[in-house]
Amino acid sequence: MSKEWPLWEVFIRSQHGLAHKHVGSLHAPDPEMAINNARDVYTRRNEGVSIWVVKSGDIASSSPGDKAPLFEPSMSKVYRHPSFFSPPDEVKHL
Amino acid sequence: MPEYKFDYVLRLADNALILGQRLTQWLGKGPALEEDMALANVALDLIGQARMWFSYAGELENAGRDEDQLAFLRDAHGFRNLLLVEQPNGNYADTIVRQFFFDTYHCLLLQALTRSNDQRIAEISEKAVKEVAYHARRSTDLVVRLGDGTPLSREKTQTAVDGLWMYTGEMFEPDEIDQVMAAQGIIADTAHLRSAWLTQVSEVLHEATLTMPSPDAWMQKGGKQGRHGENLGYILAEMQFLQRAYPGARW
Repeated sequence: MSKEWPLWEVFIRSQHGLAHKHVGSLHAPDPEMAINNARDVYTRRNEGVSIWVVKSGDIASSSPGDKAPLFEPSMSKVYRHPSFFSPPDEVKHL
Repeated sequence: MPEYKFDYVLRLADNALILGQRLTQWLGKGPALEEDMALANVALDLIGQARMWFSYAGELENAGRDEDQLAFLRDAHGFRNLLLVEQPNGNYADTIVRQFFFDTYHCLLLQALTRSNDQRIAEISEKAVKEVAYHARRSTDLVVRLGDGTPLSREKTQTAVDGLWMYTGEMFEPDEIDQVMAAQGIIADTAHLRSAWLTQVSEVLHEATLTMPSPDAWMQKGGKQGRHGENLGYILAEMQFLQRAYPGARW
């Protein structure tokens, strides 16, 4: 076992119906302690109803160098936004 | 006999206050940031519980003393906490084993007190027992990890268990106050607590690959009656300094 505890990313759901949101990271030797530590470090002010933890190393991420090919093509395609329709008067709360 | 009830509530208050104060001495020195914050949370829970008990004790005494005066203006012989909670923090195994012994007891005691026929005691216990259930879960988990960890952590944890064992008997040795409280239906009989505590502790120590000392070993006592070791004096000196030096000082 390495001397350093591995890093975990912490996701908290603030209330039922909302999605878990990334709140930060912490160190812990295993999932159980990561949950306990997340409770003690990130939910001190009544922030959550549910906690997810995942090892930081298990997250695959896009590379900053791929920004152009990944995201630029969508910048010129405003027609993908649903903002060209006028909603009927009968539809409320849209 | 209201003064018996006052003394009894004072025991609950002093246990929470002194252990809370002890744990705050770890602030900034925990073995990991996460542990540091977790201990601070436990300390804050306990000090919050102490405030509720002190407020009620002040009302029972009806002598005009509020929670601050009870916490900061009594001398060591006036304190009614168990000897266990005033024991030094030592190394992390000492702190965690002390916490495990106390949390297991505290959780069982508060569960019994939620059925108290004194409504205030039942209400405070109802609120506190949720916090303490988490404390117990955490310290139980850590005892198993430290005991069933490396040879060094196992050795230190066994030493802590052996060293602190003699302070656990006091929790279950009823004196006159405990007996009167039991007779009045304020607290369930402590004999049941002892067997439940021994069962839980032996299971956890077994899982932690540690040896449990004999339940019939010689036990220290006196804390509940106000006879304390020198440790408490140092705790009070630090905790009470401000109110002693500047009487009536407020935020």
